[in-house]
Amino acid sequence: MAKVTYIQFDGASQVVDVKPGLSVMEGAVKNNIPGIDADCGGACACATCHVYVDEAWAARTGERSAMEESMLDFASDVAPNSRLSCQIKVTDELDGLVVRLPESQH
Amino acid sequence: MSGDLNSRVVIVGAGHAGGSAAALLRQFGHTGPIVLVGDEPIPPYQRPPLSKAWLKGQADADSLALKPLEFYRDQRIDFRPGVKAVKLERSARRVLLSDGAALDYDFLILATGARAIALPIPGADLQGVLFLRTAADAEALKAAVGPGKRLAVVGGGYIGLEVAASGRGLGAEVVVLEREERLLARVACEALSTFFRGQHEKHGVRFELGCTVVGFEGEGGRIVGVRLADGRTLPCDAAVVGVGAHPNDELASDSGLDTARGVVVDLEARTADPHVFAIGDVAHRPMPLYNRMFRMESVPNALEQAKQAACAITGRPAPAGEVPWQWSDQYDIKLQIAGYAFDVDEVLVRGDPASGKFAVFHLNGDRVQSVEAINSPPEFMMGRQLIGNRAAVDKKKLADVAVAMKEVAV
Repeated sequence: MAKVTYIQFDGASQVVDVKPGLSVMEGAVKNNIPGIDADCGGACACATCHVYVDEAWAARTGERSAMEESMLDFASDVAPNSRLSCQIKVTDELDGLVVRLPESQH
Repeated sequence: MSGDLNSRVVIVGAGHAGGSAAALLRQFGHTGPIVLVGDEPIPPYQRPPLSKAWLKGQADADSLALKPLEFYRDQRIDFRPGVKAVKLERSARRVLLSDGAALDYDFLILATGARAIALPIPGADLQGVLFLRTAADAEALKAAVGPGKRLAVVGGGYIGLEVAASGRGLGAEVVVLEREERLLARVACEALSTFFRGQHEKHGVRFELGCTVVGFEGEGGRIVGVRLADGRTLPCDAAVVGVGAHPNDELASDSGLDTARGVVVDLEARTADPHVFAIGDVAHRPMPLYNRMFRMESVPNALEQAKQAACAITGRPAPAGEVPWQWSDQYDIKLQIAGYAFDVDEVLVRGDPASGKFAVFHLNGDRVQSVEAINSPPEFMMGRQLIGNRAAVDKKKLADVAVAMKEVAV
């Protein structure tokens, strides 16, 4: 299990255990963490699982794919550390990962 | 009445809509009892992967589940699998279940979904004549496709085409039988039909268009072929019927609610009875963007209405309206559709279909009503925004792929 911290836009934070192999999006949805809508269930089709990856973890969460890049380009409040959380697979190396949520996914 | 966080909520139907409504009620601070009744043996799960990743063995039951089973216990959601609601007594605010239980409610959410339409033809009850609606259906289908197996897909809609793509991926021989002269006739434009036909043919799928299936041939109770109106019989080991779905609205109609084309609701997902909501595939709902009522079969619609009902019950303001959208994955093709092609007076293609990347915009004057985007996320994302804010577009720019999507609004 890897611990992942999800910090809401208002600062409230939740730490949950996520099984390696699941995505950061799935970790949130399965634990009923608000703010990650994930309408498409991880098909990289909707951009409603947008998160900001804490700087310390940016290198370990990998690069955006081309599809992810072009979806993110049209999301709200995109920053250099924006990712679609359905595209980040949780591994043991990501134990301790911290992601922040935008104000809205729509 | 609404806004009482301690009210008793009964949700009938444990699919994507019902499961999401239960979770959202808790997220919104609802503390009262929630009962979630489902006729399937497992907790709510995602149906879209059944024809795609799941069928191809790339997703397991755990990853399909919306939430793990413990979630329902931890959140004090009384999940009752394998039970059907058989009668709704609205005057008593009570639902009767198939196991004899009676549930009293302050608010009832009908999330009973839709069922696959069966073909009323001889042989429809043979073994190997399959549908794809539930995880159990998908299990049966998975067992029927594989290297060298012959699969007949009846209906060239999205489900049929996704099954065809997954079936080819698993090495099955696939023939798609479609009544209309083109694929996706009810749901997509001609450019898309032509494109998908070409892609599937490239991957070895055979098509019989404009063909009427008149029966299934069997031996020893198992399907061995599909009989067509022109007299031919196409041999097969299994057939999947994907010819549309019918809303499960009998509970509502028997109780006197309006169910002309699904259970009629307002923008809070509430029926004419203030204590009864209907969400997801079963609901006939207003679509202010298009100034009409419509029944939609999509996950985003199920989620939007689950949110509407949960907000109304917990006394939150209604969520902002969303632009309806849906997606389909076939081979390496990602199709994303936003809006519906209502009241369209012009169809504009952006990009070259031969490149495998293009988008079809459906316009009313200079407003976008709908976009169908093939491997084109910017067209989909920007198109969805243009539909939502009713922005006028410059059609010349829209038709020119050299102009970025962010620049096409007037």
